[in-house]
Amino acid sequence: MGKNKKTTILLIIAAVLIIFIPLFALKGAEFGGSDDAGSVMAEEITGKYEPWFTPVLEQALNGELPGEIESLLFCIQTGIGVGIISFCMGRLVERKHQESLHKKE
Amino acid sequence: MTKKEKRSIFAAVLFAAVFGTGVSASAMHIMEGYLPLGYCIAWGVICIPFLVAGFIKIKKCLADNRRNITLVAMSGAFIFVISSLKIPSITGSCSHMTGTGLGAILFGPLAVSILGIIVLIFQAILLAHGGITTLGANTFSMAIAGPFISFGIYKLCQKFKVNRHICVFLAASLGDLFTYCITSIQLALAHNQQGGIAAATVKFLGVFAPTQLPLAILEGILTVLIIIALETYGTQELMEIGFIKKEAVK
Repeated sequence: MGKNKKTTILLIIAAVLIIFIPLFALKGAEFGGSDDAGSVMAEEITGKYEPWFTPVLEQALNGELPGEIESLLFCIQTGIGVGIISFCMGRLVERKHQESLHKKE
Repeated sequence: MTKKEKRSIFAAVLFAAVFGTGVSASAMHIMEGYLPLGYCIAWGVICIPFLVAGFIKIKKCLADNRRNITLVAMSGAFIFVISSLKIPSITGSCSHMTGTGLGAILFGPLAVSILGIIVLIFQAILLAHGGITTLGANTFSMAIAGPFISFGIYKLCQKFKVNRHICVFLAASLGDLFTYCITSIQLALAHNQQGGIAAATVKFLGVFAPTQLPLAILEGILTVLIIIALETYGTQELMEIGFIKKEAVK
């Protein structure tokens, strides 16, 4: 096994562990956003802080974006990114494959 | 389209679908309306020269060689993916990574300012994350300050002849952490009615830093992974932008 392959496998394992250990170590934790925590802290320091501008989409909707729709939009963001990366990677991988075929001939 | 490409696109869609289901509401940037108007404008103005320089940089990069577009697109897409994934952290809250390290290492920090602001606008308008009024401040922390640190650390490590993958890891993870330090300072500048700016910075850092630390490590790992993939399959592209030297390969 090549050195890179070994590193890749180890890194993937490490990444998965980093993501899932907190989930199991802190059962029942809320896992809210750390920005909300930031906003709470801002209010704590300033006293009552009223945000002076509400997000454009929430203004148009007259309320908060439903959670499911929000996850849909996040999903689209991920999808666009992964799509582009894997399209490019697919091309590169195939190119290398073709090159090695031509070399053999 | 070859079979292999089709397969990889299918795998990508599947991957996105699986990851997308775990997403819940949270945010990392300064929220809409949480900075007074003066600060919003000031941060926006500071960003403008970086954005203009970044635009010129990307244009030149593509004019030099059309094929660089592959790597530019991938760096941008990497930010898209990474900053949409919310990861649970040891503190019991969620946060997400920036993903700007890759672009900064490959193209320099200026180019990333453009890639980063695209993501920030997308999130501000569609997701109510970050915000239009705080766009300037968020752009400065995530798309300018973080990438500059990443780039600086990468160059510094290279000078000391550290293994390239370790360089990449350090650059990406410290860039991610630094983004949060800047965010804390930005919040503290605006909200410091009790005890001054320094005390407020420490308070905000106390909220962000412990959550972000494991994620910074994760960001480092993911960036190294994609660099390994590019080194294996995109050697030509990396040579064209001068990321790897020609002699090193042969």
